[in-house]
Amino acid sequence: MMEKTRILLAGDSAVSVQFGDAIDPEIYARVRALYESLKGEKIPGVTELIPTFRSLMVQYDPRQLGYEQLKGQLEARLEKLGRAQQPPKKVITIPVCFGGSWGEDLEEVARYHDTTPERIVELFCSSEFLIYMLGFTPGYPYIGGVPRELVTPRLDSPRLKVPAGTVGIGGEQLGIYPIESPGGFRLVGNTPVRLYDPENRQTPVLLEAGEYIRFTSIGPEEYEQIRRQVEEGSYRCQIREG
Amino acid sequence: MGICVQRGGPLTTVQDKGRLGYQNLGFSASGAMDRRALRLANLLLDNEENDAVLEVTMVGPKFTFESPNCFVLTGADLKASLNGQVLETNRVYAAGAGDVVDFPQSFPSRGARAYIGFAGGLDLPPLMGSRSTYLKGKMGGLEGRGLKTGDRLEFLAPRPQLPNLEKRRLPEDFETVYGGRQVKIRVILGPQEDSFTPEGLKLFLNQPYRVTPNSDRMGSRLDGPVIPHKGRADIISDGIAFGAIQVPSEGKPIILLADRQSTGGYTKIANVITVDLPKVAQRMVGDEIRFEAVSVEQAQQWLRQEEEALEKAARAWQTRPSFWKRLLGAR
Repeated sequence: MMEKTRILLAGDSAVSVQFGDAIDPEIYARVRALYESLKGEKIPGVTELIPTFRSLMVQYDPRQLGYEQLKGQLEARLEKLGRAQQPPKKVITIPVCFGGSWGEDLEEVARYHDTTPERIVELFCSSEFLIYMLGFTPGYPYIGGVPRELVTPRLDSPRLKVPAGTVGIGGEQLGIYPIESPGGFRLVGNTPVRLYDPENRQTPVLLEAGEYIRFTSIGPEEYEQIRRQVEEGSYRCQIREG
Repeated sequence: MGICVQRGGPLTTVQDKGRLGYQNLGFSASGAMDRRALRLANLLLDNEENDAVLEVTMVGPKFTFESPNCFVLTGADLKASLNGQVLETNRVYAAGAGDVVDFPQSFPSRGARAYIGFAGGLDLPPLMGSRSTYLKGKMGGLEGRGLKTGDRLEFLAPRPQLPNLEKRRLPEDFETVYGGRQVKIRVILGPQEDSFTPEGLKLFLNQPYRVTPNSDRMGSRLDGPVIPHKGRADIISDGIAFGAIQVPSEGKPIILLADRQSTGGYTKIANVITVDLPKVAQRMVGDEIRFEAVSVEQAQQWLRQEEEALEKAARAWQTRPSFWKRLLGAR
């Protein structure tokens, strides 16, 4: 059963439209549907949309649009949602060098699951992972739908510095750190691909919510090769649509 | 030509209304902490609403005008001077080449942040539609950092003379008071107010909370009675608005401000109303805050009233019809 959708107050200039209380692809599909609907046919006065796991934050300017007005318009949109068109699936391949100094917790994650590091890497590379949202730092993808054999608790105390490009696992979530930042995830590998590139003024961020990631395992030599291409600006991630 | 910085001060950054429309990609909105002071500075100078200004924190910079331009100070009164003569806040001045603006090195008595607006704004390359500095992301503004000695900032469209210069000031009775060391901050409960025990909500709305030194542009961390949760303090991460008050498991509220993260996983008990956000932005360490719950309708009415009062005040100096057209067109 789908929970009733709730429009929650987040001050006088934002509401949070909450579709449920779980990380679940079906709930998320409704978040996306409302997001796409509001992006396509805009409500004047709405200033910003932040899609997250199970809710959509709608920020607005109350000088243009009162709360009751916004609520009425959102309810009308929600009623039509079922017919909203889902965009085609987009899968982006992220090359990752696993283990060693690239992912210092890989062996520990394997030990936690009583298996080999090779099996963990295989699990990483055999699924397409849905990016539920971006947040935390510019371009950071929140990835859910992690197979049970990968679910590993976060560190008790977060590291103060996790290098950019690090792929980690924390509880039921996977993440890739776009910039060096603190982090409590277990580190399993590193990608030479830039998720956030402030120099690129057109698309500073590589990934978008609603897209899928497929990891592919690369060795240190290929890592270096791709890193150089990324630096030159000639590397393009493999993208599959449809 | 513009200004040359002799002393940056502890934290002086370039800010505008913020990087809007990119929170869905994980970017902090940033922008001026005190939006009303930003708006006032740009209104007093006939600037565009989103022109960039300098945000001064506690202790101000020292700089020299390398070319003439009009300028204004808004926000907290940090007792700045022009060539040694003390300046009034909310009043436009014309500066000539070689003129020096300086701030005293002691702490102000009231308010934490002053704004310096220049006619025609500051000429820095906008990054994703904004000139705001986002310190943690090391981006925007001047190389993503605060001003330092030797920096030069150019004016975008300087106007050394403005019509009605004498009238470009706020009336004495205009409400810009940021309060003393104890202030009331009005909030709207939600979105997760039902995560707290009734006693917890009562404490939040009846007990004083103090601003701690661990406060910055990202958030104001408060100390006071622990607010108990019914169950877990963690939620599935969702969106965060300007002024959201999150309460992590330790039970002490954090008010999230301009450089807030776009999403977060702690319960949010309430959100500061827009007209009271400047008051939060102007709090100093040790100040006492008491929260009061109001309705969303009331908060939005106050915001519209504030806007009307600003527009009414601006009529005293504003003569260009194009300006009014723009202002009304933006509504």
